[in-house]
Amino acid sequence: MTLYSELPLLVVLPETVEQVQHVLRICHELNVPVVARGAGTGLSAGAMPHPEGILLCLSKLDQILDIDILARTARAQPGVSNLSISDAAAEHGLYYAPDPSSQIACTIGGNVSENSGGVHCLKYGLTVHNILSLEVLTVEGEKLTIGSMGLDSPGYDLMALLTGSEGLLGIITEVTVRLLPLPELAQVIMAGFNNVSTAGNAVGAIIAEGIIPAGLEMMDRLAIQAAEDFAQAGYPREAAAILLCEVDGTSEEVAQHTQKIARLFEQHGATSVTISRDETQRALLWKGRKAAFPAIGRISPDYYCMDGTIPRSQLSFVLNEIYRLSEQYALPVANVFHAGDGNLHPLIMFDASDSTAIHRAEEFGAKILELSVRVGGCITGEHGVGIEKLSQMTNQFTAQELLQLEDIKHAFDPALNLNPGKGIPILKRCQEYRALPARHQHD
Amino acid sequence: MTERPPLQNQDRSEHIINALQQARDARNSVYIKGGGSKQHLIGRNCNGTILDISGHRGIVDYQPQELVITARAGTPLVDIIAALENEGQSLSFEPPLFSGIATLGGTLACNLSGPARPWSGSIRDMVLGVRLINGKCEQLNFGGKVIKNVAGYDVPRLQAGALGTLGVLCEVSLKVLPRANKTLTLCYDMSAQEAVQYMNQKAGQPKPLSGAFWLDGRVYMRLSGATSAVDSTVKQWGGEILASDETLWRQLREMTLPFFDDQGALWRFSVQSSAKVRHDFGTTLIDWCGAQRWVHGDHAGEVLQQAAAEAGGHVSLFRGGDRNAEVRAPLNSVEQVLQQRLKKSFDPDGILNPGRLYSWL
Repeated sequence: MTLYSELPLLVVLPETVEQVQHVLRICHELNVPVVARGAGTGLSAGAMPHPEGILLCLSKLDQILDIDILARTARAQPGVSNLSISDAAAEHGLYYAPDPSSQIACTIGGNVSENSGGVHCLKYGLTVHNILSLEVLTVEGEKLTIGSMGLDSPGYDLMALLTGSEGLLGIITEVTVRLLPLPELAQVIMAGFNNVSTAGNAVGAIIAEGIIPAGLEMMDRLAIQAAEDFAQAGYPREAAAILLCEVDGTSEEVAQHTQKIARLFEQHGATSVTISRDETQRALLWKGRKAAFPAIGRISPDYYCMDGTIPRSQLSFVLNEIYRLSEQYALPVANVFHAGDGNLHPLIMFDASDSTAIHRAEEFGAKILELSVRVGGCITGEHGVGIEKLSQMTNQFTAQELLQLEDIKHAFDPALNLNPGKGIPILKRCQEYRALPARHQHD
Repeated sequence: MTERPPLQNQDRSEHIINALQQARDARNSVYIKGGGSKQHLIGRNCNGTILDISGHRGIVDYQPQELVITARAGTPLVDIIAALENEGQSLSFEPPLFSGIATLGGTLACNLSGPARPWSGSIRDMVLGVRLINGKCEQLNFGGKVIKNVAGYDVPRLQAGALGTLGVLCEVSLKVLPRANKTLTLCYDMSAQEAVQYMNQKAGQPKPLSGAFWLDGRVYMRLSGATSAVDSTVKQWGGEILASDETLWRQLREMTLPFFDDQGALWRFSVQSSAKVRHDFGTTLIDWCGAQRWVHGDHAGEVLQQAAAEAGGHVSLFRGGDRNAEVRAPLNSVEQVLQQRLKKSFDPDGILNPGRLYSWL
C-alpha cells in the first residue's frame, strides 16, 4: 500500500550468487540490516526498505537454470517471474501450479518468501506444496541446500520454515519447483446471484458434492462492476455476487463436473449461469478476476487490500459484517476473493490525501482481521504479515507463542539483521529491535 | 484392534503438562509414546521416562464442508478414517495404520505417508495447525483450521519428521479430501529401470494417477478419481487390470508385503523419482513413482549415502540395524548448528526425545 514507503541506505543489485554472499558477509560483519526484494509486488510492505539497511534486489538473478522433463522439475534463480516458469515448461506439457494474480511480475523467490497462493490453491496447494528444494544463504553468508530432489529431507523441515518466512530467516538464491502436467481441459462456470449469502452457500454445496474445483472465486457488486468496466469479461453487472468456478482434468471428467456444478448453482439460487465455450472465453472470464485489483485502483485513488482467511461456513456472515463496517466507516469496500479457500480480499477504498480517511481505512481493515480471527480464521492467508499486519499478530497469537516465533528467528538470525521490523512483532528482550516498527509508523 | 477395550476419548493435556513439568524439574528427559507402532522404526533408540499420550484422544472438531478435521494427537488413525468415511472423505496421504494402533500425532511426528504421496501430498502437506507443548512446558497453538494461513512461521509443518523433538503434539488439524469415486490398478511386466522411466513418463500426463510402484519385474499403476477419468485412462493406457488390487496397495502401505518380511536392516532411499536404478544393493522395491526405494541388508551406511546423494536425495535406516548409531543422512556443520539452535528454541533443556533424530540433537 502506498502508505508504506522508505528509502534504504543503499541499494545493491547483485548479478551472481557469489556477489549476494559477499554482500551478506559484509553486512554481517558491519551489523547492517538486509532487506531482500524480488519484484516488489508484495501486498504487506514485507520488502519495504530499511532506512539504515541494504536493499538487496535479486531481480538480476533471473535465469531458469534447468527443466527436467522426466522428473517434472524446474530449477530457477530467485528473480525469475512466476509466469515465465510455466511459459518455459509449457512446450513439455507441464506448468507450475501456484498462480498469484501478479504472476506476470512477481518472482519465484518472493513467492517462496511469502508462501504465495493464487486462484488454484484449493486443488493444487500453495508454494510450500510445490517446491522441492531451496538454495539459501544464511545471514552470515553461508550457503545451505534445503530439501532435496526427493520428497522429504533428513533433519528438521527447514523448507517449511523458510517458505512464508518473509525474508526473516535467510536469503533464497535458488528454487527447485515441481511441475505438473497441464490439464487436458479446463472450463469455467460463472454464476450470478442476487445476494452474497446465496452465493456463499453455493460454495459449500459444491464442496459437499465431493468436487474439488481447480479454482472457486467470488466477487461482489462493486468488484464486478469495476472489473467489467476494465476487462469487458461479460460479467452480469446486475448481480450482487458472482462465482467463478474452474474445473479441470480429463475431457470426460470436466464434462461430467461442469454439468453437475451448473445444476448445483441453479438449485442454489443462481440468477444466471454461463459455461465457457472455449479457451478464449475462459481466459476472458479469468481476465476480469485477475485484473480486479487494478480495476478498483481505477475507481478509487487508493485502496487497502485485506487478506484474512475464514472457515467457508462463515462467508455470508463475515461479508455482511464487512458491509456493516463499510457503512460505519463511510468507506466503500469491494470483495474479490478465493471463496473455495475462505481467503477474503476486501478492498477498502479511500483517498490518501485525506488523513482521516487513512485512519478510518486502517481501523476498518483491523476490524476485518479481528473478525476473521474471531470466527476461527487467521489474519493473513497469502499476503504475509509484513509491516502492515504486525499489530494484528497479537490477535492471533499469545505472548508465549510470539516469543516462540521470536526464538525461531533468533536461531537463524541472532543479530536480527534480516528484514528487521517485519513479520513477527518483537515483544521484549531487544529494545532496539522493538523500536524499529515504531520508527516505520506513518502518521 | 478389537482385542483390547477401547480407551475413552478424553483431554489429557493437563496431565501431559504436569508429567512434562515433573520431568523438567527433575532434569529428566522424556520419551514420547502414542500407540507405540513406530517405537522401533525410523528414529534412533532414545532413553527417557516414557510419556504416554495414547490416552489423550478423540476427534475435537470435524466440519466436512470445511474439509478440515481436528483431533487429539493420541487418536488412532482408524478412528479418524472411520469418521471421514461416513462423510465420503479420506486422509489423502494414505498413512500406514500399523494394525490400527498408529496415532495421528505419531504419524505427523514421523511424517509417514503412503503410496499416494507423490500426487496427494504427505501429512506434512495436509497439516494446517497444531497445539503442542514445548520443552518449557508451554502450551502453544500454531496454524489453525483454515486452508490458507501465512501468519507466523510454519511451525505445524516443522513438526513433520521432527520425531517429537520440538514439542509434545497435543492436537492436530488436517485438510481432508473427498474419496475418489473409482480406483483401479493396471500392471505391466518390465525391468526396474524400464519401470522408473515408464512411471515418470506417465506421471507427466494429465491422468488421475494415484500410485506407481515396482517389485519383482512388475510395475503397478493405480488410477483414482472421477469414474469417467479413470475409465478413459484405462482405455488409453491399456494393460492388465489387476483383480483385488486393494489388498496389494494396503500391503504396500502397511509394509506387510512379503518383501518386508526380512527383519534385518531395512533402508529407505528418498531420491529423485527419475534417478537411475542401482543393482548393487540387492532386491529393491520402488514406490512413489521412483522417489522412495527400499533395500535390505547390512550395507555400509556411507556407501548408501553416497548412492543416495548421487540420486539427488538421502537414505535412512528405517528399521533394524544399529539404532544407537546415526540412522539418518549426515548433515554438514552449518546445517547441524542451525538444527541445534532450532531445537534449543523449542526445548532449551533438551528433554524432548533427545537423540531420537540425531545423536547430537
